[in-house]
Amino acid sequence: MSSTGQTVKSILTSPVHPEVNYLNATKGFASWFFTLDHKRIGIMYMCSILTAFFLGGVFAMLIRTELFTPGQLMFTSDQYNRVFTLHGAIMVFLVLIPGIPAALGNFVLPLMLGAKDVAFPRLNLLSYHLYVIGLVMALLVLGLGGIDTGWTFYTPYSIQTQTPVVLITSAAFILGFSSIFTGLNFIVTIHKMRPPSMTWFKMPLLLWALYSTALIQIVATPVLGITLLLLIVERVMHIGIFNPALGGDPVLFQHFFWFYSHPAVYIMILPAMGVISELVSTFSRKHIFGYRFIAYSSIAIAIFSFIVWGHHMFTSGQSNLMNMVFSALTFSVSIPSAVKMFNWLTTMYKGSINLATPMIYTLSFMFIFAIAGLTGLPLATLATDIHLHDTYFVVAHFHYTMMGSTLFAFVAGIHYWWPKMTGRMYNQKVARFAAWLVSIGFNVTFFSQFPLGSLGMPRRYHLYEAMPDWQIYHQISTIGAYMQMIGFLLAAYALISSLSKGKLAPRNPWGGATLEWETSTPPITFNFEDTPDAGDPYDVESWQWSDEEGGYVKVRPSVVDEDHAE
Amino acid sequence: MSHHDHPSHVHHHFENEVQQFDSDKMGMWLFLVTEIMIFAGLFCAYIIYRTHNPEIFHYGHQFLDKQLGALNTLILLTSSLTMAWGVRAAQLSQKKTLLTMLALTMLCAFGFLIIKYFEYSAKIHHGTLYGDRYVWQTDEHGGEHGASGDEAHSMAEAVADAQAVSEDAMAAEAAGGTSTMNASMAVPSSQFALAPEGPSGFDLNAPEEQKEAAAHSFPQPAKAHLFFSIYFIMTGLHGIHVVIGIICIFTIFVFSARGAYNSTYYTPVDLVGLYWHLVDLIWIYLFPLLYLVD
Ligand SMILES: [Cu+2]
Repeated sequence: MSSTGQTVKSILTSPVHPEVNYLNATKGFASWFFTLDHKRIGIMYMCSILTAFFLGGVFAMLIRTELFTPGQLMFTSDQYNRVFTLHGAIMVFLVLIPGIPAALGNFVLPLMLGAKDVAFPRLNLLSYHLYVIGLVMALLVLGLGGIDTGWTFYTPYSIQTQTPVVLITSAAFILGFSSIFTGLNFIVTIHKMRPPSMTWFKMPLLLWALYSTALIQIVATPVLGITLLLLIVERVMHIGIFNPALGGDPVLFQHFFWFYSHPAVYIMILPAMGVISELVSTFSRKHIFGYRFIAYSSIAIAIFSFIVWGHHMFTSGQSNLMNMVFSALTFSVSIPSAVKMFNWLTTMYKGSINLATPMIYTLSFMFIFAIAGLTGLPLATLATDIHLHDTYFVVAHFHYTMMGSTLFAFVAGIHYWWPKMTGRMYNQKVARFAAWLVSIGFNVTFFSQFPLGSLGMPRRYHLYEAMPDWQIYHQISTIGAYMQMIGFLLAAYALISSLSKGKLAPRNPWGGATLEWETSTPPITFNFEDTPDAGDPYDVESWQWSDEEGGYVKVRPSVVDEDHAE
Repeated sequence: MSHHDHPSHVHHHFENEVQQFDSDKMGMWLFLVTEIMIFAGLFCAYIIYRTHNPEIFHYGHQFLDKQLGALNTLILLTSSLTMAWGVRAAQLSQKKTLLTMLALTMLCAFGFLIIKYFEYSAKIHHGTLYGDRYVWQTDEHGGEHGASGDEAHSMAEAVADAQAVSEDAMAAEAAGGTSTMNASMAVPSSQFALAPEGPSGFDLNAPEEQKEAAAHSFPQPAKAHLFFSIYFIMTGLHGIHVVIGIICIFTIFVFSARGAYNSTYYTPVDLVGLYWHLVDLIWIYLFPLLYLVD
C-alpha cells in the first residue's frame, strides 16, 4: 500500500456507496429464497455451505477426540463408522464440491464478465433449491442415525447394511444435478456473455478455472448419477449388477464411482487454483506471471482428471497392466499442477507483498498444496502404495489436497470478496490471527498423520490399543484439530461481527484489477451502471492506493501490456 | 435495460434475442451431453458384462421380441421426422402444421410405450425378469415358451435352495452321474450360494467352466438374470425419458395452441426437438445391442 502523498483521482464516476444495492433492494424471506439475482444466490449458497461445513466440522472434532485415546472414549465401533461416514459425505458432497463454484463463483463470475447475470438465472435458482433439498435429506439421514458405509458407498456392503443408504445416495444424486446445472450455466455464460472487448485470453484466470471445472461437472457428474441410481435400484429391486451374491461385479461399482470421484477432486481443486491465481497477483501488486500457461494448465488438468481413476483401485484386483498405466498417467497430472505452482511463485518474486488476511490463506495454500502434491507421488507409485493404501498416509494426503488446498482457497476467497459482498471491512487483526491459527493448526493436525500412516495405522479404525506408539501422533493431530477449530470460530467471529461493527468498505480494498472491483460496494442489483470496458485483468497498476478513499482507485483504463501480451 | 428493442420474451440480462437464442441452444446441447454420459455409464456396464459373460446375451436376447422391437424403432424414427417437421413449421409460423406434428409425435410416443408395455408384460409372464426376480427357465430350447408355475424356480428360491441342491449334485456326482439334469441344474444354483463367502462369486474362471457344461446339457447360463437386469434398467431409463419427452411436447403443444411461437420466437420447440431426437437416438443404439445380439 504505497501512498504517493498526492491525491489520486478516480476515473470511475458511478457512486461507491449507492443507496439502493442488491442487499437492500427488496426485503423479506421470499425476496431471497426465490431470487434470480446471482449475487443473492451466491450468498445463500455460501451460508448453506458454511452451515454444512460447521456440521462436517463437528463430526471431524468427534473423530479426532475419539482418537485421542487408543481405547474407546465415546463411540462404539458401529457409532464410529457412522460418524466418519457422515463427516466424509457432508464435507465432500455438501461443502467441497459446491464450495467455490456455487458460492464464490456465483457471486463473482458475472461481475468479472461485466454481465448482468448468469445465462440461466432460473436454472441457477433451481440448482440452489436442489442443494437445499440435498442438505435436508442429509440431515434426515443424520436424524435416522446416519449411515455406516463410508462416503464411498462401496458394494457389496452398501447393499447389505441396514442404514439408510437409499436416502443418502438419493441426496448425492440430487446434489449431483445441482452441480451439473451450475456447471452448465457457467459454460454458457462464459461462452455467450463475455463483453466484446474480453477475448478468451483477457479473461480472469478464475474464469478459466471455473470453465474447466464446469467441463468436468458436466461430463463426470452424470456418471455418478447413473452409478448411484444403479446402487439405489440394486438395493430396492435386487438387480444384481453390483451384487456378487447374484453373480454381479462389485468392483464395477468402484470403477464407476472413481470415474466420477477422481475428477471430483479436480472439481474441488481447479476453482481453488483459480482463486489463488487472482489473489497472488492482487496481493503481490504484480501482473500474473505466465497467464497462458496457467489458463492452459487448467484445461490440461481437466482432461487428465478423466484418465487416472484407477489409482484408487491398485489393491482391488485390477490387472497389473492397468495398474501400471494408471500409475504412469497419475504422475502426469503433476505437470500442469507444478506449472501453476511455479507461475504463482514467480508472480510473487519481487512483488510488494501485502500480508492481508486473504494472502495469509493464499500462502498457506501454496505451502500445503506443495506437500499435497508431493505426498501424492508415493501413493501413485505401485510398490509404495501397497504399503500405504488405506492408511493414515492416504488420509493425510487427501486432507492436504481437499481441505488444506480447496478449503483454504475457499476461505481466502471469502475473505477477499467479503467487502464486496457485504459492504463491510472485517477486523484485519483478528482475521489475520485466525488465519495463522488455522494454517498452523492444519499442519499440526495432518502432518502428524503422515508418519502415523507409514507406521501402519489403518484409516477408519478407532481402536489401536495394540500399538501404543501410535498414540502420540494421534494426540498431536487432535491438538491441531482443536487449534483449527478455534481458528475457524475466530475467523467466523471476525466476519460476522463486521456486519454490524465493520467500517464501510471502499470500492476496491485490495487493488485487484478484475471487473468486479469497478462496481459499487455492495454492487447494485444489475451489477453495473454502465457496462465496463474489459482490459487486462492483471493490470494492477491501473489502480492506485488513495488514503482519502481508504482503498484503491482506478486512475487509468487498464491496458494490455505488451510484455504480458505473450 | 437501456435497450429500446427488447421484446417481451428476451430476458433483461441478455443484450438481444440472438444472444438469448444462442445461449439457450448451447445450454440444451450441454444438457444433452449429460444425458449421453448417463447412458454412457449404462453402455459401459453393458460392454463389460458382454465381454465377461457373452453367453448371457446370446441366451437372454432370444426372449426379446424382435418384431416388436423393430416396430418400435420404426415408430420412434417416424416421431423424429414429425418432430423435425414441427420445428420447421414453428420457424415458418405455420401454427396448424406445428400442432398436427406435435400431436403426431405424441401419438408415436404413446404407441412406443404401449408396445413396451406388451413387451414388459410378456417378460413378467415368462418370469424373465431382473436379478432375483428372475425365474429359472426350465424349457430346454430356451425361450419359445415360458415356464409354468410349478416348474419355475425364482432366483430368490434358487439362492435359498442352493445349499440343498448342491448337496444333491455332489451326491449325484459321487454316484457317478455327471450329466444328469439334477447335476447341471445344481451348477448355477451352487454359485449363488457360494458367492457371499469369498471371491468365487466373481471368479472369472467359473463362468467358463459353466459355459462348457451348459453347452452340453443345458443352454441356460448361470447369470442369465443379469441380461434381464441390464435390459430392464436400460429400457426402463429410456422409457422414463420417453415419458418426460411426452410431458415436454404436451407443454409446448399447449403453448403453441395459444400462439406462443412464430418465426421470431420458437426456442422451446427447437429445444424439445433436440431432446426428442436424443431419446430416439438412444433407442437406435439400444435396439441392436439388446435385441439383435447374434
Ligand atoms: Cu484420484
